[in-house]
Amino acid sequence: MTPIMLELLFRSLWETILMTGASGIISLVAGLPLGLALVATSRGGIAEKPWLNSVLGAIVNGFRSVPFIILLVALIPLTRLIVGTALGTWAAIVPLAIAATPYYARIAEVSLREVDRGLIDAVRAMGGNRWTIIREVLVPEALPGIIAGFTVTLVTLVGASAMAGAIGAGGLGDLAIRYGYQRFETTVMIAVVIVLIILVCGIQWLGDRLVARLDHK
Amino acid sequence: MNSVVSAPVSVALPQAEEIVRLTDVKRRFGTTPALDGVSLTVRKGEIVGIIGRSGAGKSTLIRCLNGLEQADSGEIHIEGRNITGLSEKELQPLRRRIGMIFQHFNLLSAKTVEENVALPLKIEGLSKAERLKRAAELLDLVGLSDKAKAYPSSLSGGQKQRVGIARALAARPALLLSDEATSALDPETTRSILVLLKDINRKLGLTILLITHEMEVVRSVADRVAVIDAGRIVEEGQVWSVFADPQAPITQSLLSGIRPQLPDTIAARLSPVSGAEQILSIDMAGPAAQGTLFADLSQALPQSFRLVHGGIDHIQDQPVARFFIAVPTRDAALPEQVQNFLKARGARVEVLGYDTNHA
Repeated sequence: MTPIMLELLFRSLWETILMTGASGIISLVAGLPLGLALVATSRGGIAEKPWLNSVLGAIVNGFRSVPFIILLVALIPLTRLIVGTALGTWAAIVPLAIAATPYYARIAEVSLREVDRGLIDAVRAMGGNRWTIIREVLVPEALPGIIAGFTVTLVTLVGASAMAGAIGAGGLGDLAIRYGYQRFETTVMIAVVIVLIILVCGIQWLGDRLVARLDHK
Repeated sequence: MNSVVSAPVSVALPQAEEIVRLTDVKRRFGTTPALDGVSLTVRKGEIVGIIGRSGAGKSTLIRCLNGLEQADSGEIHIEGRNITGLSEKELQPLRRRIGMIFQHFNLLSAKTVEENVALPLKIEGLSKAERLKRAAELLDLVGLSDKAKAYPSSLSGGQKQRVGIARALAARPALLLSDEATSALDPETTRSILVLLKDINRKLGLTILLITHEMEVVRSVADRVAVIDAGRIVEEGQVWSVFADPQAPITQSLLSGIRPQLPDTIAARLSPVSGAEQILSIDMAGPAAQGTLFADLSQALPQSFRLVHGGIDHIQDQPVARFFIAVPTRDAALPEQVQNFLKARGARVEVLGYDTNHA
């Protein structure tokens, strides 16, 4: 592999990390509250509002049912509004974050729902309000699951970011398609795949370590 | 009520302040009534046990007291204040006056023992230093000072419940609710937890209301017992008097494992009309149970009975006796004489039948 190819590989790795990281953080910040809202408004939740739950559920399902490549194109006007351009790495972060947020919200919802109702009762019996329940019970108790779910989301984003090459976002997936596949450069293809495997394993390893540290169950 | 159980033993003073007063509380889930008109008063410093089978409504009852469940009708007064119909927000400050412990402990797994104990104080808005100081005091009270930094998952069931008790007491409540707090524990641990509760009741003068399905729990700690069945309180009174003379069938059945019962072999061959021996049950409580009843009986009417089964138990320092005797029927007048003698001595006598087998 030539030094130019090597440089290209590193640049693509950085683009992938940037896209995955930025959209991942946005999906965590937006998806966790959305997951909390889904749990809190559900039947028997701490802020039971069935109609709101149905609306939120429908929005989440709506976004999740659109294939990412279509979302990527459909969101071009919004991306242009936010980033100023519809092309490039930064532009890809918008659709990636919008796709990952409802995905992560559902994962967080599952973890939050598994928190023992008895714990919520215990804090209610102490005189705690909803905010106390969220801060002292739901989030801390579900944290290992919330982190594990975030790891899954990041790995999914690494995969999804490959499609962002369609709008010139670059990244490892794009490199593999343009050089490895379309120009028959098998070495590049193999190199990209190896880098991706290392990246995914690294994310998973970090996530698992963090979960093991936080889990006191 | 029978004269043998009327000797008054007052643990909580009758004029003591009312901590809990329920008046005709009703609650239904769908069409099934969970509480069907419950009235109950708990006074300051008392330990009151509510016993019933699962599904009798006791969990709903205890959860109504701190507003975890809302009653459909009736009134619930806590420390003189009517809490029925209050909103969640209005209930929050009131709940800080009521501690609660649970069957499955409900400790937060992500917090250390001391953080768990300090949580009610955090809710109350105390500073971290004050919280930790109070948590240390309470952990000392329940004998778990060395576990302050441990996580609940590393504790045994009994230790977890001790943490639960420390947590429930953190905000200096006026009332402690115990929701089957010993049901998940082995008998030995159960005893140690009950001793701790009794100890706290004496030391702090804390009023305790506990629900359980185990008579043994009521027997060892409660002053008063209320028996709940199908959402109604069917029997209520001093523990020793209810044990001595249970009225409701449900109470008798709940007590069957803990009170002497006629041995099955004899019960099986009992005839309602005739036999060689008449089988009697004798119940006594209080001073009557302490006397020399059987010695006197054999002196007055020699060869008049044979002791079959029974014993004397001490509940709330009151002797509660229950015996089964067999009286020969050769002399047709003898059973009548024996019964009269026993009744004159303050015993409650019941003819269970005739043993057909014994010579």
